[in-house]
Amino acid sequence: MEVIMAKYGEIALKGLNRSSFEDLLVRNVRRRLKPLGEFDITRRQSTIFIQPLSEDIDMDMAVKKVCSVFGIAAVQRSAVLPKDMDEIIRQGIPYLADALERAKSFKVEAKRSDKKFPLTSPQIQQALGIAIGEAYPDLEADMHSPELTVMVEIRDKAAYVNAEKLPAAGGMPVGSNGNALLLLSGGIDSPVAAFMMAKRGLRVDAVHFQSPPYTSERALMKVETLCEKLTEYCGDIRFYCVPFTEIQEALRDNCSGDYFTVIMRRLMLKIANRLCERGSYGALITGESVGQVASQTLAAISCTDKAAEYPVLRPLVGMDKKEIIEIARRIDTFETSILPYEDCCTVFTPKHPKTKPLLKDVLAEEEKFDFSPLIEKAIGGITVKDFKLG
Amino acid sequence: MIYLDNAATTKPCAEAVKAAAECAELCFGNPSSLHKMGIEAEKVLTGAKKVILQRLGKEGELYFTSGATESNNLAVFGAVNALKRRGNRIVTTAIEHPSVAEPMKRLREQGFEVAELKPCEHEDLEQAIIDAVDDKTILVSCMAVNNETGFIVDTKRVYNGVKKKSPKCVVHSDGVQGFCKVPISADLISISAHKIHGMKGVGALYKAKDTRLLPAVYGGGQQGGLRSGTEPVELIAAFGAAVRAYPENFTRFSELKEHLLKPLSELSGVTVNTKNSQNSVPNIVNFSVKGVRSEIMLHFLEERGIFVSSGSACSRGKVSTVLSALGFSAAEADSAIRVSFCRDNTKEEIDLLAEGISDGIKRFRR
Repeated sequence: MEVIMAKYGEIALKGLNRSSFEDLLVRNVRRRLKPLGEFDITRRQSTIFIQPLSEDIDMDMAVKKVCSVFGIAAVQRSAVLPKDMDEIIRQGIPYLADALERAKSFKVEAKRSDKKFPLTSPQIQQALGIAIGEAYPDLEADMHSPELTVMVEIRDKAAYVNAEKLPAAGGMPVGSNGNALLLLSGGIDSPVAAFMMAKRGLRVDAVHFQSPPYTSERALMKVETLCEKLTEYCGDIRFYCVPFTEIQEALRDNCSGDYFTVIMRRLMLKIANRLCERGSYGALITGESVGQVASQTLAAISCTDKAAEYPVLRPLVGMDKKEIIEIARRIDTFETSILPYEDCCTVFTPKHPKTKPLLKDVLAEEEKFDFSPLIEKAIGGITVKDFKLG
Repeated sequence: MIYLDNAATTKPCAEAVKAAAECAELCFGNPSSLHKMGIEAEKVLTGAKKVILQRLGKEGELYFTSGATESNNLAVFGAVNALKRRGNRIVTTAIEHPSVAEPMKRLREQGFEVAELKPCEHEDLEQAIIDAVDDKTILVSCMAVNNETGFIVDTKRVYNGVKKKSPKCVVHSDGVQGFCKVPISADLISISAHKIHGMKGVGALYKAKDTRLLPAVYGGGQQGGLRSGTEPVELIAAFGAAVRAYPENFTRFSELKEHLLKPLSELSGVTVNTKNSQNSVPNIVNFSVKGVRSEIMLHFLEERGIFVSSGSACSRGKVSTVLSALGFSAAEADSAIRVSFCRDNTKEEIDLLAEGISDGIKRFRR
């Protein structure tokens, strides 16, 4: 029998809240594995034990999925053996055959949380180490920097033997730190920003601004595809789509083109503020990175920031495009993001936007037109769609 | 719904749908089978082949493919592979469809010398093609009608001129937009069913009798070994029926075109890019609306249930190379709209289109 042992990272530190954090993490793991079949999922001694309930479950896929759940720091795929040293040797060595054949050197590490087990940890290490040495005479024992570390854990119910500790997603369980609203454009950055904040335990919903006929149905489909892909990491996502055409046209007709982008972003934030109120989101998330484009200079960011009534989280703020793309590829949003459909951020953009706008000039420009009736109308026209994990 | 994007694809006609359904119901055998069902299916192929060759006005061979992209690839690579010992020069134009232009790019990478002629640089494109052919030239590939603008190339002049100069040089023509509309002269002609009210997923390559081609796919040896794979009999039945039902006379297209050109000429800042009926087909009208990007006009018309195409599927900042090779400025290419008719379109629909364009200009031009 095989089991996946998932160890958690930071939540182990969370004092009194620990139990609710752990429950949330177990729930998240359970949901992620649901499409693969039935599992018995329990937690004991800072580890989540995931045991498949049928033979035909794809364990490679299950390991991969568990590794991507935020809050899990490392994953071990182990054999479940009787708490008997002879059995551990007899069944454990064939289970580790692949890893033992590949390696040049090894050591055995034992942990005994069940102190009633007759052998001490060093004794277990020695017994299994000698047996492995006999079965694989070419394999060198190396206590300091072995290629392979065989782990034996003697726990309450069984002994667990494994050879590889896989690094997992880390972070904190999604939902453990509240809800936030992502401004999702369809570009490369915003999906990555969602991923980063989900990693810190936020549950993320998304708002998108749509400007037909300047933007096409395909641009919307693209953003919806991104939401779907993000559910793999973020869990369920509620998607708000705001009709933005009239606001953009009014902006184009009434305010100086130089300030178009910065005012547009301020108006987006004003609408997002209202959604925060309505949906009890504690923060906004954007994919901005300092200096990336004209609307993301320090001066421009500070002008847009003033329109926000909630903290604006910018997890990509200090990242290079290259680093952002690397993550986008890893979470499989990159290919979708680069589909060449116009989004509302690129229509009407002036050739030479102000890179160093002053807040007073921006406000003066913005006051040339009363946007509030159009904002109300846009909010009234919001459509909602739910994307569910799995 | 007003569908004016018939150069992209057409609605399968009733005759084609009926032929496909009947074939699927009654005649679903594998044409290679030895038994009666196979023979019946083979008869469907032979029948369709005859109708299509007749419409092409040709007597050679016809090979069914999955569509014109495959036909073009088979023609270009097949001819070059068969002839590469004789020379390494190829002559083509800069306005070809990607399914010719991309194979040419690969051939260039493989070391072939590909001369790509731009209509905007040659007043007499046909003569320029002929002049570009030398005794090392193994292939000339030149489309009959350009898909983005309806621009016609006189393939007869090209064919005769090339053959006179170099009888062994193979002439290919992408006839997707020209088939059923203009006469096409070439040794190899690619055609597609879904542009003439047949179905997607089937096309054909015409080959003159003594032209040599090497296959691109190998398998069961169907269609003389040139294109292995079980023939899609149902789609081919529909192809034949669509050709049979396609009118031979285009006064309807010309009337619709006239009906559209008149209001367009009254709108300021609208330039019709295919005015000259001498060198463009009557079923395609390409025009530029100054100051309104194609994509915006397209989506605006879409909101009214009118479907057209932007002159090219160009994304922001990327102007169609075809339009620039035809001499369009970047601004014209960026605001180009392509309207393409079918026989079911009406003058009332054209009126609504003209009204839509006029309203679009009022709303979007700045």
